[in-house]
Amino acid sequence: MTTVETPAPREMTVIYSRADRVFRGIVTAGALTSLILLGLIASFLVYRSSGIFREFGLKFITGTEWFSDSFREVGDEARPDSSVFSIGPMIVGSVVVATIAMLIAVPLSIGGALYIEFYAPRSIYRVLVAMLDLAAAIPSLIFGLWGIEIFTAFGVRWATFLNDRLGFLPIFSVEFENFGRSPFVAGCVLASLVVPITTSVAREVYSRTPRDLIDTCYALGGSKWGAIRSVVMPYGRSGVIAGAMLGLGRALGETVAIYLMLNLVFKYSYQILDSTGGNVASMIALKFGEATDREISALIAAGLVLFIITLIVNMVASNIVQRTTPRS
Amino acid sequence: MMQRTMNMTNSDLETTGRTSDPMSEVTSFRGLETRSVHAWFGKHHALAGVSLRFPERTVTGLIGPSGCGKSTFIRLLNRMHEFIPSAAMAGSVLLNGSDIYDPSEDPAMIRLKVGMVFQKPNPFPAMSIRENVLAGIKLAHLKRDNHDDIVEQCLTRAGLWKEVKDRLDASGGSLSGGQQQRLCIARSLAVEPQVLLMDEPCSALDPGSTLRIEETIKELAEKITVIIVTHNMQQASRVSDFCAFFLTDGGPGYLVEADSTRKMFTNPSDPRTADYVQGKFG
Ligand SMILES: Nc1ncnc2c1ncn2[C@@H]1O[C@H](COP(=O)(O)OP(=O)(O)OP(=O)(O)O)[C@@H](O)[C@H]1O
Ligand SMILES: [Mg+2]
Repeated sequence: MTTVETPAPREMTVIYSRADRVFRGIVTAGALTSLILLGLIASFLVYRSSGIFREFGLKFITGTEWFSDSFREVGDEARPDSSVFSIGPMIVGSVVVATIAMLIAVPLSIGGALYIEFYAPRSIYRVLVAMLDLAAAIPSLIFGLWGIEIFTAFGVRWATFLNDRLGFLPIFSVEFENFGRSPFVAGCVLASLVVPITTSVAREVYSRTPRDLIDTCYALGGSKWGAIRSVVMPYGRSGVIAGAMLGLGRALGETVAIYLMLNLVFKYSYQILDSTGGNVASMIALKFGEATDREISALIAAGLVLFIITLIVNMVASNIVQRTTPRS
Repeated sequence: MMQRTMNMTNSDLETTGRTSDPMSEVTSFRGLETRSVHAWFGKHHALAGVSLRFPERTVTGLIGPSGCGKSTFIRLLNRMHEFIPSAAMAGSVLLNGSDIYDPSEDPAMIRLKVGMVFQKPNPFPAMSIRENVLAGIKLAHLKRDNHDDIVEQCLTRAGLWKEVKDRLDASGGSLSGGQQQRLCIARSLAVEPQVLLMDEPCSALDPGSTLRIEETIKELAEKITVIIVTHNMQQASRVSDFCAFFLTDGGPGYLVEADSTRKMFTNPSDPRTADYVQGKFG
């Protein structure tokens, strides 16, 4: 009886050409640079804010008070520092305003993208696409000013309506009927900021639906709406989620528009029509100008918290995108 | 020649008006019939004066070199042509004697009666095998309550039932290419078409799968009319009862001749047909 000896697997080497090696070097360097930058930013934030976290611990995230003992620096150095830094309401505010914005923006974006791609007359198609990209590039300051000057009037009317009809629900109740500077109106303005990006991405992914699949729907006696529902939307789902996450990133980190639209109040509030609110980013912008050294550390700590929230949102998003990508 | 204008954008399902057709007198012919149909893509005249009859429960093979308008012709038969922006047609297509381009006809209803299988197997992603078969019923809002029977029946007719009956909830994409194409056939059968159009249904498949689909086609022809475009002469001779040979001389494609498959392959009237089926050009 002969036994065949199983050979050890051979080593396989790949020899890259010179052009390959150079290109590989360039792209690797590019990728490393962005990773290193991200690392540097993170370590800067951690380094500058570690004192604050050591002092306030979890209280920094859950507490509701922000008081900078600025008189002490002006000579009264013997007195112990009585500053208190915590950003609980600002975190909640970020989440509340961003959620309102997304609830409004995502359906609008999906509808808009479907309209442009499947219903808009060909003659205005290009114009619409170009306008969308243009809108995505408008600085948020403009949106903030527009929000205050023009939109608030409409937003207040909608808010009044909600309060009238649904005021019995806690989130639509108010202490004072002053809707102009409420998270709801700010959320609407934020939504208008998010819609262009999200619509643009959604339109792009919808436009990639294989023509074949759409034709198949028609060939089965389906209507355009049927094709959209059973092929276009499932096919584009993961891309639309990715687009929504881009928008959410913008909504969470939005500074100027919120800064202009909301009164910063350090109080937990879930009443979206009440004129209290704020978010982390606009708080940082508001306080930075006249901050003491310690307060700046606290603001940087707040920045770190925002950074981590955004990171988590992005991770969750890419996870969802992966799980909802149709395999074929 | 009166040119029928169709919707000019692919974002418009509804057809616009067309001029009346002097040739649309009613006939008693059962099956599908075209009367001197033409097709345009914008200014490009792609197909000229094709008159053909597809009797009920027969298989007709459409053959001809690339670019002679076979796909264009077949897409005229279920009003898919009009989805192409600036596409236009002339002539008439009669299903059991009535013109499918009549303004009173709903294109969606026409497509229910005249189904289509595409070149590349394309089961709906994100749908299971079962959902794929039932997709047409949902899309066309047909009222059916015996879904399980429909799934079994259609998959059986498409020759796929035995292979997938234990994994109906698996994704359609998990099947092999040949199985996917049979799933696509089953999907078209679920809405009970009278005519099934197939545009090179086997060109992306291996020889084994191709033979299985040919078997399927022959069985389908016991109940419905099949029109199949193919570049494979053996396939045309194996599967079809009739053959139609298209050609283009640089201008619009036209019909050279159509006859029983036997005659087309042994003793065609036009020498170009003989050359083509013997593989001398194309
Ligand atoms: N969407 C379109 N827009 C413009 N012209 C088209 C379009 N589709 C087809 N044509 C033109 O119509 C003519 C016929 O094309 P068709 O696809 O019907 O040929 P075919 O016989 O199916 O070819 P093949 O065997 O390669 O599939 C060609 O000249 C082609 O360029
Ligand atoms: Mg073709």
